[in-house]
Amino acid sequence: MSTATTPESRELTPVSADSLAALLVAKERPPRPSALSTSVTFGWRAILKIKHVPEQLFDVTAFPIMNLLMFTYLFGGALAGSPGDYIQFVLPGILVMSVVMITMYTGISVNVDIEKGVFDRFRSLPIWRPSAMVGYLLGDALRYTIASVVMLAVGLLLGYRPDGGFVGVVAGIALLLVFSFAFSWIWTMFGLMMRTEKSVMSVSMMVIFPLTFLSNVFVDPKTMPGWLQAFVNNSPITHLASAVRGLMAGEWPGVEIAWTLGWAGVLLLVFGPVTMRLYNRK
Amino acid sequence: MSTHTSDPAIETAGLVKTFGDTRAVDGVDLSVPAGTVYGVLGPNGAGKTTTVKMLATLLRPDAGEARVFGRDVVREADEVRSRVSLTGQYASVDEDLTGTENLVLLGRLLGHGKAAARERGEQLLAAFGLTDAAAKQVKHYSGGMRRRIDIAASILNTPDLLFLDEPTTGLDPRSRNQVWDIVRAVVAQGTTVLLTTQYLDEADQLASRIAVIDKGKVIAEGTKGELKASVGAGSVHLRLRDAEERPEAERLLRNLLVAEVQPDPDPVALSARLAAASGDTAADQAAKALGELARAGITVDSFSLGQPSLDEVFLALTGHDTGQSTGSGTGTDKKDEVAA
Repeated sequence: MSTATTPESRELTPVSADSLAALLVAKERPPRPSALSTSVTFGWRAILKIKHVPEQLFDVTAFPIMNLLMFTYLFGGALAGSPGDYIQFVLPGILVMSVVMITMYTGISVNVDIEKGVFDRFRSLPIWRPSAMVGYLLGDALRYTIASVVMLAVGLLLGYRPDGGFVGVVAGIALLLVFSFAFSWIWTMFGLMMRTEKSVMSVSMMVIFPLTFLSNVFVDPKTMPGWLQAFVNNSPITHLASAVRGLMAGEWPGVEIAWTLGWAGVLLLVFGPVTMRLYNRK
Repeated sequence: MSTHTSDPAIETAGLVKTFGDTRAVDGVDLSVPAGTVYGVLGPNGAGKTTTVKMLATLLRPDAGEARVFGRDVVREADEVRSRVSLTGQYASVDEDLTGTENLVLLGRLLGHGKAAARERGEQLLAAFGLTDAAAKQVKHYSGGMRRRIDIAASILNTPDLLFLDEPTTGLDPRSRNQVWDIVRAVVAQGTTVLLTTQYLDEADQLASRIAVIDKGKVIAEGTKGELKASVGAGSVHLRLRDAEERPEAERLLRNLLVAEVQPDPDPVALSARLAAASGDTAADQAAKALGELARAGITVDSFSLGQPSLDEVFLALTGHDTGQSTGSGTGTDKKDEVAA
């Protein structure tokens, strides 16, 4: 990052009225860009922001590693006899939990960003309306990929051996990304709805902690009381974790994949329109 | 390219926007002819930005209607968006990105290809004297540079209508003049500009018609000349060498200018508000006054001629002041409510 010399102290080059006039004469406009093109452009904006503020990758690197180490060694001995055995079971689950947890940062960045003047400009452009929001999520998909790769690398070092091989692992991550994209519309909604960053954060915590912990990520639901099993067995996180676990183990968990995609569709169909309504009314 | 060439650029009728109990915009009627600069003048909180946001399709009016080039801002928002550009009160560019990145981003969003967006961006940066700062993040730009990149972003595609919301608030006089030059260049190419400002002299410099708004209502509308005539031509401020001569100077000025003359708290200073209706320009009247004082042997140490300030416009139009100190521009007038 270049350290700016105080710009005020330097004289600004005067505006060139002639070249400005020449530029303004051009009245022809390019055709309206497609929804995909504007969404990808907004995704590029998100990536540029990562480039300028790389510190923001901390949450997708350090946090997942911390989770993995903590849960593997904390519960491994008690639940599976040894951390080495436990990691075979728990890694896909922790991967799901960590990525789903970091999706909530989307809401916070939307909340911070939307108050800035640049959003007024985006909203006054003749483009497909959801593309700014979709752009965030595309940028975030990159972050989730980084988090997944980091966790898998650490997992492999700790002794995790996926039977599904490269293909199984990639399929698992792809399913996780699809689900996270749909799930994130909850956060874009909160990001637009809440007044402050802090309130977005606290509401997100209230949603994310029960949802990720009350699942089959850490233990088999059969050990839980009946009423909790009812919740856990029907949680989208449970379906997702089972599907990812299966794919990475080289199986083809069709039912769990279908449930996961079904949930993703429902989340997108419910929270996508609510987000866009808030976005248009902001 | 328009099928509505005969339409005014903006036409609103009874536009209303309320936030809770506040009627931020309370029945605004505007008609802005195409190809001109239209000034919307008013203090903070008058409803200027809210009006602009409704016209730029960012806010939905609660009542009334607004058309931009004949298109309804609610029902035909997308058509409106394709013809307008907005430069908001706070820089409407991404502060985390560099100047080039901002322009390429917006160029892409407007449908330019990668190469075309970059080329247009570079040309604009060059025309705006920002080539050296092109690779710097906008958050490191000075106020004047921000305004430039902001306006550059607004003319990536030459808009038919450009909203400039307080484009010079917070700028030093030099940067301010440069922004004015840019606005003139944009209008010279046929773009209509709606300019909001707190400064009468800015509206005076740029706009052909002006609407004064206060508390969400248009309280005066007309050409610059019409508006000024309703306010007065301005005021003269004098500092005399000798405080003892002040009563005599006051008497002379009162007779000569048929003006309201007020002594200052400073014992050697006084000011006179000039009448607009006298036929003479403010400068003529001031020259006469100086001549008269010289003939009477009164020594004047310093002299200044001020345009009516926004405070005076408001006082004249509404009977109350703007409720804020407008430490602004050339409006040098200060009301002295000290009992003399």
